[in-house]
Amino acid sequence: MTARLEVEDLHVRFDTDEGTVLAVNGVSFSVEPGEVLSLVGESGCGKSMTALAVLGLLPPTASRSGRIRLEGEDITRLDEKALRRIRGRDVSMVFQEPMTSLNPIFTVGYQIGEVLRRHEGLSRSQARARAVELLDLVRIPAAKQRVREYPHQMSGGMRQRVMIAMAVACNPKVLLADEPTTALDVTIQAQVLDIMRDLQHELGTSVVIVTHDLGVVAEVADKVVVMYAGHVVEAGAVDDLFANPQHPYTLGLLGSVPRPDLVLADTQNRLVEIPGMVPTLRQPPSACVFAPRCSRADDPCLVRMPELVETASGQYAACVHPGPERARQPEVIRS
Amino acid sequence: MTAIAAESQPRVARRGRMRRRFTRRPPAVVGLAGVVIVVFIALFAPLIAPYDASASNYNDILLAPGSPGHLLGTDDLGRDLLSRLLVGTRASLTAGVLATVLALVVAVPIGMVAGYFRGWIDLVVSRATDVVLSFPFLILAVGLAAILGPSLVNAAIALAIGQVPIFVRIARGEVLGLREEEYVQAAVVNAAPTRVILFRHMLPNILGPLVVQVTVGIPAAIIGAAVLSFLGLGVQPPTPAWGTMLSEAQQYVSQAPWFAVFPGLAIALTTLSFNLFGDGLRDVLDVRMGS
Amino acid sequence: MGWYLLRRAGASLVTLFIATIVVFAGVRGLPGDPAVALSAETSNPQVLQAIRTEYGLDKPVPVQYGLWLSHAFRGDLGTSPNTGLSVSQTLAERLPITLELTVLALLLAVVIGVPIGILAAVKRGSAADYVASTAALGGLSVPHFWLGILFILGFAVNLGWLPASGFVPLTDPGANLAHMIMPAFVLGIGLAAVVMRQMRSAMLESLGADYVRTARAKGMSGFVVVGIHALRNSLVTVVTVVGLQLGALISGAVITEQIFIIPGIGKLTIDSVFSRDYPTLQAVVLLTATAYIVANLLVDIAYSLLNPRIRVAGGSA
Repeated sequence: MTARLEVEDLHVRFDTDEGTVLAVNGVSFSVEPGEVLSLVGESGCGKSMTALAVLGLLPPTASRSGRIRLEGEDITRLDEKALRRIRGRDVSMVFQEPMTSLNPIFTVGYQIGEVLRRHEGLSRSQARARAVELLDLVRIPAAKQRVREYPHQMSGGMRQRVMIAMAVACNPKVLLADEPTTALDVTIQAQVLDIMRDLQHELGTSVVIVTHDLGVVAEVADKVVVMYAGHVVEAGAVDDLFANPQHPYTLGLLGSVPRPDLVLADTQNRLVEIPGMVPTLRQPPSACVFAPRCSRADDPCLVRMPELVETASGQYAACVHPGPERARQPEVIRS
Repeated sequence: MTAIAAESQPRVARRGRMRRRFTRRPPAVVGLAGVVIVVFIALFAPLIAPYDASASNYNDILLAPGSPGHLLGTDDLGRDLLSRLLVGTRASLTAGVLATVLALVVAVPIGMVAGYFRGWIDLVVSRATDVVLSFPFLILAVGLAAILGPSLVNAAIALAIGQVPIFVRIARGEVLGLREEEYVQAAVVNAAPTRVILFRHMLPNILGPLVVQVTVGIPAAIIGAAVLSFLGLGVQPPTPAWGTMLSEAQQYVSQAPWFAVFPGLAIALTTLSFNLFGDGLRDVLDVRMGS
Repeated sequence: MGWYLLRRAGASLVTLFIATIVVFAGVRGLPGDPAVALSAETSNPQVLQAIRTEYGLDKPVPVQYGLWLSHAFRGDLGTSPNTGLSVSQTLAERLPITLELTVLALLLAVVIGVPIGILAAVKRGSAADYVASTAALGGLSVPHFWLGILFILGFAVNLGWLPASGFVPLTDPGANLAHMIMPAFVLGIGLAAVVMRQMRSAMLESLGADYVRTARAKGMSGFVVVGIHALRNSLVTVVTVVGLQLGALISGAVITEQIFIIPGIGKLTIDSVFSRDYPTLQAVVLLTATAYIVANLLVDIAYSLLNPRIRVAGGSA
């Protein structure tokens, strides 16, 4: 069975005032129908760029190479006009900042209706009615009145739900979500994630959710792809990843998350910090990109960037010393 | 992207980056070069000029450009145009820079005080700037020059008064924003004297928009000074000034068309240089300032 | 919104009031004895004293101000000592002319500046953008009175296509246009440059905004994205800027009328300065200040109408 979305060897490069930046380097992954895949990593690892690249929404200073297949069809080859037919209808996107992502001078109803009028040819009144239905779907109370409001009249959580409504309006095959809950309060985050998950079940949409929050990953993801400095460093099913992390970076991420629900093997429930910052690559790496921050790094790591290989059943890592290292990290027992 | 890392870099590195950003923009560099040339000419004009700019020669009236000995021709009193143009740079540049710097020096403290203390001081200052701004720039300048009497300095003063409200607004606006910044509140909590807060903490941070406005104000003042000279309200003859030369040229437009071209060209090129430079500066600074 | 506008109108009124005081004081401050100027003679003290009494010049200054203001309210702005005509009448005759000039210039500026600004923004970084931006910068830098002289030189003296100066009333639209087109163009070019740059800058900001990215992610066509989402947001900025430039337009009209010898308000200003026609000068300066203040108020109203954030009282921030 063909995967719904397949990304193969994606590279994204930027021209900035200070030179070239290699934002995404050889990223590959696939998403099955109805599956939720999460792209995880710290700020600056290239995960947002990957999502934007799928829709061809990179800024003009960027150049992209690689293959992106939607149900088998290569969409990198499409011209702008064909691509516009896919955007919003087959593949849609929810962005991080709902306040700035919604046009302040148009009503919420207009902006939702816009997608419907464009892709499904609805009339203005039909689109308006459907917009009310969609607002109901994302559990916005008093939808009939809300539909005439402007974005600045709504709370952050509501605006994000409007974005979701806009994104699912045409029942897309793939929904890309770029840090959808990062800008929201913690309590609202849970609500929004709930809505996303329910919708996904109902509509069978494949979801790619970009986040740096492992809590979100644990909540919604089926499959996880961990990114670092534009490279995929680990990939696998979510349960496997949490139980048996392969890459030292993943271990670091897990160790730095406060998890009151997890009982740690050693009695000191310490948060482990990963010293240093995510680097910005300006040329292809000549060593493992994580080596400078890695506690396991030694000579073989400095030869070249490791390939992504299967290091345990169904789990992939780009590391010369994969596997949870008992000596350094506390063993994690799921409660 | 690199924005976060940028903030933690030391000042020296930041300046180097800004310089690089500037040099990547050819128009800005051209503008800077133009400004340098103009300043150079203003400083050394009498040395560079082939003739004495005020020396009349009734035998050689209204010669065309390319005439022997006179690269750009002569005016209606036989004076060499090239020399007059070169020396005229002084009047224009002086007026422009003087007016703008004067406005800056007067306006910034007023604006900062108004923005910082607010209350009735702010009210008075805001009303005053509104009033001055409600008079169109040239009408104000003409009126003031008429009151003060025609001379270079008075023209500069008149032009400065026209620019003061703009600088006041900028300074006030920036200070209003900075008041809420944490480092200011920290200084207040630490009982720092107001003087220190304003001048040591805030002033360096509002320099950006002020400098940009200076690069806009100088060319505007140069044109304003030229207009005043054109009308006879600025520099008085026989001191050469581009504006006066244009009004002289207007009388002989049919007989000596070239006469009108060069002074205007000089003004245009000078203003263009400042504008190009100012644009480049704004691009470079804004990237750092605008969040 | 009602409260906001009321406050703005009130502030404008205060500004206007102060402006009248400034105008009055300023003209009083002009060199020369006003009685001498009004009499056009210099010697006979009895005549001068008679003039002083007649014009109320012997009363204290604040009283003079009050008198002048109350007269002005009733439309009586005094009499010009030069022409002997009522100042109000002269203003009424000349105002429409300057109005025509400024409206033409404004129209030109918008028609040229807006489309080019949009084009430059949409095609950012291309040759077209480069050319347009450079041309705009040139238009800003060129002193327009020089441009006027060059135009006269080129189109009137050399080519003979257009008249060099003067004015023909609208009763003869063809000749009127022939006389007005060069001055309008000269006056409008500076404004066109400003409009173009502002339009370009506002459009670039809109085009780079998140909501435009959202619109693209929804599959909207370029036309919709640019024409509807980006443009509507930019128009607000441009309207404000144009409003602010009205002062510059009036300033420019002064010189343009001088060069092309158009009998408008601008030329009147200069003439009255040089001929020491104080009543006229007072009236003209006051008129332009009033016009500017009113224009600013209108721009504020337009801005609040266009921006729903002010129009619809916001809920949560």
